[in-house]
Amino acid sequence: MRGFWRAFRRNRLALIGGAVVVVLVVLAVLAPGISPWDPNRPDVRKILDAPSRAHPLGTDQLGRDVLSRMLYGARVSLAVGFVSVGIATMIGLVLGSLAGYHGGTMDATVMRLVDLMLVFPRLFLLLAVLAFLRPSIWTIMTVIGLTGWMSVARLVRAEFLSLKEREFVIWSQSIGASAYRTIWRHILPNAIGPVLVAMTLGIPAAILTESGLSFLGLGVQPPHATWGNILNEGKDAIEIGWWLSAYPGLAILVTVLSYNLLGEGIRDALDPRLRQSVGRIVSRAR
Amino acid sequence: MLGYALRRLILAIPLLIGITFVSFLVIHLAPGEPVENQAGESSTQSDAKLRERLREIYGLDKPLHVQYWNWVTRLARLDFGRSFSPDARPVLQKIGERLPITLLLNIVELMIIVTLAIPIGVLSATRQYSTFDKITTVFVFVGFATPDFWLALMLMILFGVQLGWLPISGLRSPTWEYLAFWRQQWDFVAHLALPILVATFGGLAGFSRYMRQSMLEVVRQDYIQSARAKGLPERVVIGKHALRNALLPIVTVLGLSLPGLIGGSVIVESIFAIPGMGQLMVQAVFERDYPVIMGNLVIVATLTLVANLIADITYSLVDPRIRVAARRGRR
Amino acid sequence: MSRGDLLRLSGLLLLIALAGCGGEADSAVDAPTAQGSSKPAYGDTYIEALQGNISGLIPNVLSDGPSFEVAQLIYNGLVKYDKDLNLVGELAESWQYSRDCLDLTFKLRRNVRWHDNRPFTAADVVFTYETMINPKTPTAYGGDFKAVESVEAVDPYTVHVHYKHPNAKALQSWSIWMLPKHLLESYAREGKLREAPQNRTNPVGTGAYLFKEWRPGEKVVLVANPDYFEGRPYVSRVVYRIIPSSATTFLELKAKGVDGAKLTALQFKRQTEYPAFRKAYTKYQYAANIYVYFGMNLRDPRFADRRVRQAFAHAINKRELIEGVRLGLAREATGPYKPGTWQYNPNVHQYPYDPARARDLLAAAGWNEKNADGILLKDGQPFKFDLLSAQGSDEGRKVAEIIQAALKDIGVQVEIRVIEWAALLKEYIKKRNFETVILAWGITPDPDQFDIWHSSKTSPDELNRIGYANPEVDDLLEKGRGTCVEADRKKYYDRLQEVLADDQPIVFLYFRDGLPVVSSRFRGIVPTPIGIQYNFNEWFVPLNLHRYTAG
Repeated sequence: MRGFWRAFRRNRLALIGGAVVVVLVVLAVLAPGISPWDPNRPDVRKILDAPSRAHPLGTDQLGRDVLSRMLYGARVSLAVGFVSVGIATMIGLVLGSLAGYHGGTMDATVMRLVDLMLVFPRLFLLLAVLAFLRPSIWTIMTVIGLTGWMSVARLVRAEFLSLKEREFVIWSQSIGASAYRTIWRHILPNAIGPVLVAMTLGIPAAILTESGLSFLGLGVQPPHATWGNILNEGKDAIEIGWWLSAYPGLAILVTVLSYNLLGEGIRDALDPRLRQSVGRIVSRAR
Repeated sequence: MLGYALRRLILAIPLLIGITFVSFLVIHLAPGEPVENQAGESSTQSDAKLRERLREIYGLDKPLHVQYWNWVTRLARLDFGRSFSPDARPVLQKIGERLPITLLLNIVELMIIVTLAIPIGVLSATRQYSTFDKITTVFVFVGFATPDFWLALMLMILFGVQLGWLPISGLRSPTWEYLAFWRQQWDFVAHLALPILVATFGGLAGFSRYMRQSMLEVVRQDYIQSARAKGLPERVVIGKHALRNALLPIVTVLGLSLPGLIGGSVIVESIFAIPGMGQLMVQAVFERDYPVIMGNLVIVATLTLVANLIADITYSLVDPRIRVAARRGRR
Repeated sequence: MSRGDLLRLSGLLLLIALAGCGGEADSAVDAPTAQGSSKPAYGDTYIEALQGNISGLIPNVLSDGPSFEVAQLIYNGLVKYDKDLNLVGELAESWQYSRDCLDLTFKLRRNVRWHDNRPFTAADVVFTYETMINPKTPTAYGGDFKAVESVEAVDPYTVHVHYKHPNAKALQSWSIWMLPKHLLESYAREGKLREAPQNRTNPVGTGAYLFKEWRPGEKVVLVANPDYFEGRPYVSRVVYRIIPSSATTFLELKAKGVDGAKLTALQFKRQTEYPAFRKAYTKYQYAANIYVYFGMNLRDPRFADRRVRQAFAHAINKRELIEGVRLGLAREATGPYKPGTWQYNPNVHQYPYDPARARDLLAAAGWNEKNADGILLKDGQPFKFDLLSAQGSDEGRKVAEIIQAALKDIGVQVEIRVIEWAALLKEYIKKRNFETVILAWGITPDPDQFDIWHSSKTSPDELNRIGYANPEVDDLLEKGRGTCVEADRKKYYDRLQEVLADDQPIVFLYFRDGLPVVSSRFRGIVPTPIGIQYNFNEWFVPLNLHRYTAG
């Protein structure tokens, strides 16, 4: 554990990433307190006003303050990223390790399930869910999560398949360690690397998916703001309302970068071999 | 190995039926029924009889398993049926006229991405945390996070409106038929330039990060250390030994992205007015054009199963440890 | 029923041409001349941006706007609307309408030929009629012909129609597109019109333009019909480019990749006011034939009370709504008819923005307590409901958001649900499983709206979705469609508008404006209440301004 922190602290980019994520989360949590305007109240006298002192990020097509909408939107966008990828990763880890470790029928079943999910049009699932259930941020996150676990499962399974035959696993089994212990202590930490990369790419992908859903008109219900739907509404005003695209776009970019730097930093710090080589480099430098 | 492959292939048929059956059920049980248009507006003229008549024509009044049976028996004759949309054209025709352009775009884009991602990944890994690594990291993620439609519109404004170098949308100029042969080809290429650029810029992140990650792992392996210890030049160590092993997961990922080649991005296609598979499928879903949806699903399912099989075989062929385990597992 | 584009054509004579009429050509592209001459010349190509795919080429069995727009140029009806919204002959040279409104006799033009050169005769008219009433034909417009008793081809150029009872829409219904019997007879008989090749690859009509090519999803190409009975059209080629995104369409306009398109309100108001654009393009504005409304399910006891509906009408500031949603480019609706048409009655109960009055009305209806959040209560129940809107309609969404805020001010809590159209239609609207909804009606030049307001039209597939039942309205609707004397009809429809305004079964919001824009090199455009394209075959480009000389 301590080794992890030491390695992590050394990675400056990762620290910056982590700091930004923390700041974003704080801003999102404090949104109701710090928003200067009601994010949902239309004001037709202020349609598409350029950024000014009263509205630092301008107003949107219904005259609502973009800054306030961005702050409230942060809550949604960050949550979407975390929760949906969290769900997807959980499912993927469980199914992937089951498949990879046990092999045989279990493996075949899981892989066929993966095939089914991959083949099935996700849009359809979304439509079905959104029409039946009251579409809220939770249903959307769940659906994105339920339809995004396949790549994690495959990754984990592949890792398991290759690690299963490694010496330390066989040794562990031969001294009678239980399957659970073997998986948890030995295999998972090695498998975590690519999973973390998948997560760090998955979180921003989830945020962008939410934006794509807004493009199709299927995102969070109006009037609630998300970065994705501010962006999407801005595409019709791209010339005269550049702030509607620029600021959410920038916010998404910063979030994406931060999550990725953070995630890769965590992965690098966890990887024992990486730590070893870092130590070697350090000692050589001395 | 051959036995394994054959067995998978034979299993594929019932599997395909299973997948299509489940999908068929879910799709038909989902809310909504085929609609004639997507507008939220209705004319004050309408005919209730028409709806009933259409339901009959589409066979929607029959029980689901009967509908599925009809569909699957026609499929066995490679008859994908006719679209439910008012043009009532054969599904294969509708898919067939959009598939080529989508394939072309996706393949070109994939080739460009792979060609760029591998060197970027390798160089970033070998120069981990260097300035090059940091800059490419940021660059690649900017590409990933930039919304497609925004980039598309910006490029259109720059290259189409202000500079006038490239056409803005569509596949061909309106006067294409009257152009000389070479001008026609150039016109077509010019129309595809921006869409490919937009797609590539966004897609670079995934591959290059995987490449980098894979390379990083391989480089820490013991056999690399021993290769270095043997005195081999770094270039050979990286270029020959490390690269070959690092490319493995990439090959797998490439193989698995085979089914995705026939799918298009509806956002890019809408913005660039490209009649591709993305728009067709989204429209089909919104209009509940079941035959088209199922037709596409079958093709994707087949490709997925084939791609999985190829990926699994190549992976096990290449990684001897898996091959050993596979043999052992099959007692 | 007008055979034109139901969704977009029609409007008031409020044409605002913002570019000079005899404008100079844009010097970057065309040869610079002082004044384009106004002498008609043959040639050039007109490229229009279509926002959606067309779904076929036989309009009788289709129902989407883009298909109708293209069909305009390929087909004709016996009659059509002129620029003053009077019915004039198209394929019919003249007609006789008996005083009792039961017999209608058309004298057809001679020497009209189908695009494959066969003569157009009365047999085609009879065939078209039979196709429309054939239950196997998948058409939504057969209803207009239900009142017909018989159709007879008296001689090759005379058609006699006999009606069972007087029917106001009789004459207008014959603006339906005429179909060629010699090509489609076998398909129509089997009910397979949609699968006929004429729906896909080679439509044959009598219209001003011949079909050249349809690349699905990409473009439709038409060429001028040199034998058109009204004279060969000047513009030799028409290309419809399918461009789904309005942002892209606008860029294509700027880059001169298209000659005509429909602007969004934002583009019209804020992005096209600079000199270069106004020189290169002419903007038009007219009231389109669609109105947006706030519908309530009248089976819900809360909305069954008229005072509640009237309260909502007072609570919504329609001026602000129009400003917010359309940037002012729409006209307030007080009823289902468009201002400026003969049937419009301005003397109906008005509902000016008056939140105080709204609150009083609600209180009178029993909503006179408030809970902690300021929401009105009745018998302990808060006044809360869902407002549904169709996905894909930005306009609908914005209307919903503004209404949500407006109703919040009077203590009513609204939750917006955007639902994708297929599901919305089937699961909510048809099953009458909705509380309130934002929708739009496309109306026709004829005032008959029986199908929407009559109490008998409430089955799931029928259009009286809100469940409105008012015997006086039923009576007026029946009388209105049962006579062909315009003066009588006016009386009935005036009264209808009065009753509807009092009842407010829905809150009528606005008629949106159509905002087409055309390259200024095209002359001969006459703005009319049915849009600008009705006389397309008379448009021309002066010789020195031709941009496309091939073809």
